[in-house]
Amino acid sequence: MSSLNQYIDLFEHNRRQLYDSSPEVFNRLRPAALSALERLGRFPGKRDEGYRNFSVDEVFAPDFGVNVGRVSFAVDVARTFRCDVPNLSTLLGVVVNDEFRPTATLLKNCPEGVTVMSLAEAARRYPDLVASRLGNIADNSSASAALNTLLLQDGVFVHIAPGVRLDKTIQIVNIFNASANLLSFRRVLVVVEDGASARLLMCDHTQNTDNDYLSSQVVEIFLGRGASLDYCDIEESSERTSRLSQMYVSQEADSNLSVNASSLTVGHTRNEYRVDLLDRGASAEIAGMAIAGGNQLVDSSTLIRHLAPYCHSNQLFKYLLDDNSRGAFEGLIYVAPDAVHTEAYQSDRNILASEGARMHTSPHLEIYCDDVKCSHGAATGQLDSQALFYMQTRGVPLAEARMMLMQAFMSDVIDRVRIDGLRDRLRRLVERRLNGDRTTCGDCAASCNK
Amino acid sequence: MEDILLKVDNLHAGIEGKEILKGINLTVRPGEVHAIMGPNGSGKSTLSGVLAGDPKFNVTEGSAMLHGVDLLALSPEDRSHEGLFLSFQYPVEIPGVSMVNFMRAALNAKRKYFNEEPLSAGEFLKLMRQKREIVELDNKLASRSVNEGFSGGEKKRNEIFQMAVLEPRLSILDETDSGLDIDALRIVAGGVNRLRTERNATIVITHYQRLLDYIRPDFVHILYKGRIVYSGGPELALELEEKGYDWIKQQVDNQ
Ligand SMILES: Nc1ncnc2c1ncn2[C@@H]1O[C@H](COP(=O)(O)OP(=O)(O)O)[C@@H](O)[C@H]1O
Ligand SMILES: [Mg+2]
Repeated sequence: MSSLNQYIDLFEHNRRQLYDSSPEVFNRLRPAALSALERLGRFPGKRDEGYRNFSVDEVFAPDFGVNVGRVSFAVDVARTFRCDVPNLSTLLGVVVNDEFRPTATLLKNCPEGVTVMSLAEAARRYPDLVASRLGNIADNSSASAALNTLLLQDGVFVHIAPGVRLDKTIQIVNIFNASANLLSFRRVLVVVEDGASARLLMCDHTQNTDNDYLSSQVVEIFLGRGASLDYCDIEESSERTSRLSQMYVSQEADSNLSVNASSLTVGHTRNEYRVDLLDRGASAEIAGMAIAGGNQLVDSSTLIRHLAPYCHSNQLFKYLLDDNSRGAFEGLIYVAPDAVHTEAYQSDRNILASEGARMHTSPHLEIYCDDVKCSHGAATGQLDSQALFYMQTRGVPLAEARMMLMQAFMSDVIDRVRIDGLRDRLRRLVERRLNGDRTTCGDCAASCNK
Repeated sequence: MEDILLKVDNLHAGIEGKEILKGINLTVRPGEVHAIMGPNGSGKSTLSGVLAGDPKFNVTEGSAMLHGVDLLALSPEDRSHEGLFLSFQYPVEIPGVSMVNFMRAALNAKRKYFNEEPLSAGEFLKLMRQKREIVELDNKLASRSVNEGFSGGEKKRNEIFQMAVLEPRLSILDETDSGLDIDALRIVAGGVNRLRTERNATIVITHYQRLLDYIRPDFVHILYKGRIVYSGGPELALELEEKGYDWIKQQVDNQ
């Protein structure tokens, strides 16, 4: 029996409460999600194409609690992530499990044309706007996305009005905290209208690390003509926190997306990216890095669809796998027949730092157009033994030489981060992670200037 | 006690069961310059690699002592701290590691080995500047990744720069002259000469006389098929220049 059934049961049992506590916009989406789930019947598992290394069915199998009753869990933001609040120059919002909590600075400092708020609140205040986007690209063909819609209660809403260029970085700190094992469904809706631009930093943290957590996250991003979004995502939760994140992006002409994702500490994580380049001149860059040890599992799956001429995409994924950790990358570039002058690149590079670590890579190109520049490459190896020896002959101890090479390996992913101030923070986070420090979130990436 | 810097005694070494060095004997005293010459594939780079501690080679017999310390028992980094330096025939490119960070790590590791405090940022930069001048190394290269995108000549100059920073007792220069034009050769050799003292010594591996016009050797050894088959004074290099290696090969192969 599929682990999906327990969630359908959960829905049936709590239907009343769920409907009563949610905005109409959410409730209207539930019947279609439910019938899709009944039709699908199960989550994908290891025998299904695209999920060989990450069984959604297994991840959802444990009996997690779902916070249908909207119990509010206190969090100690300062303890969970110690950003230097006095200099805080981001527009900060906190999400506890799935519940959005604005901060005083956010309420005070949000400029004209910039909306950052609870998705549930947005659905009540701007029902037409939210309804026109929500569930629009995250369709019900994926069981986990459909389930996210079925049990949706809150999340984050970001809206940038046409032509507004937001200088400050929006930071959303996601904190897991509960008194028992918990599954939360988080929904993020980002709309950057024509000619607008924004930077968004998301980081995941876990406060009470004695519980198991699962985060089902669906992120829908709409970029209007000439819009631009820099999206950074840092997973620094706990080894007992797992995540299934599905990002759906729709890009109009000349829009620009940059995603930079770092999985530093997490249990099992799968990040899916579905990007549609709808009109000419749209470009998307996706960079991902992971440092995994223990029994961690890091899986990334990308689908970039070039649906119009003169679009550009570039993917760079780099994992460093130690101990018995496992990594997987599956990337597909699709180029439609009339998408002339497409440029699409994909590169996947990995280092196995131990005998027990495993990496699975499968890059695919599906090209139905002649006039394209496409390339993909994948390589998995060890640290360069010649370089290690060279460094040792200069007196650098082996352990330090290894550390330097590992950091160097990640440097081109970090260099692609477009949020100023975050690059140095990330370098330090990576260094700390490589030093084996997985305990607290320390000085998180919060105070990136500008 | 005898004043010996390096003593290599009956050294045998190889790779994956294949013996490359078949009993090397070599004694180097402070202040001396030794040239090791010999045809390609003789084992010159293997000898320098084995002395520096390259883990890909296995030592099967013999010993190597650096000022009385058993080199073969030390890790490559400790050999460096004890005063051994190898200028690589093929310097390794290390993308993502800047020259500055690399040299800081190297220098501070050495200081730590001798229980000294790390250098301050100011002292370190000053030292870098001084040492760069010795080989006329461009400041721009310091901020670049180690050897990445360096020209052949820049790589070799960078080796001598690192040697200048680390101030070794014994330097082994493995074909530091190959691929250098005459200007670069003069700069590199000039750097080496400036770094010579009474206390330290240099082993120059080359198969051309050319470099030896700039770095005058006290002894010349011919390495062939894993053995030092002939030793002499500087005149031996001139003789090789004139006659080539064939007469040596014939002598050895006919034995
Ligand atoms: N990594 C290696 N694997 C196998 N054989 C090697 C390796 N390195 C060197 N050799 C062999 O050892 C011998 C000596 O090589 P080398 O020390 O590089 O000579 P030289 O520096 O005098 O030209 C050659 O026969 C070469 O093929
Ligand atoms: Mg050689």
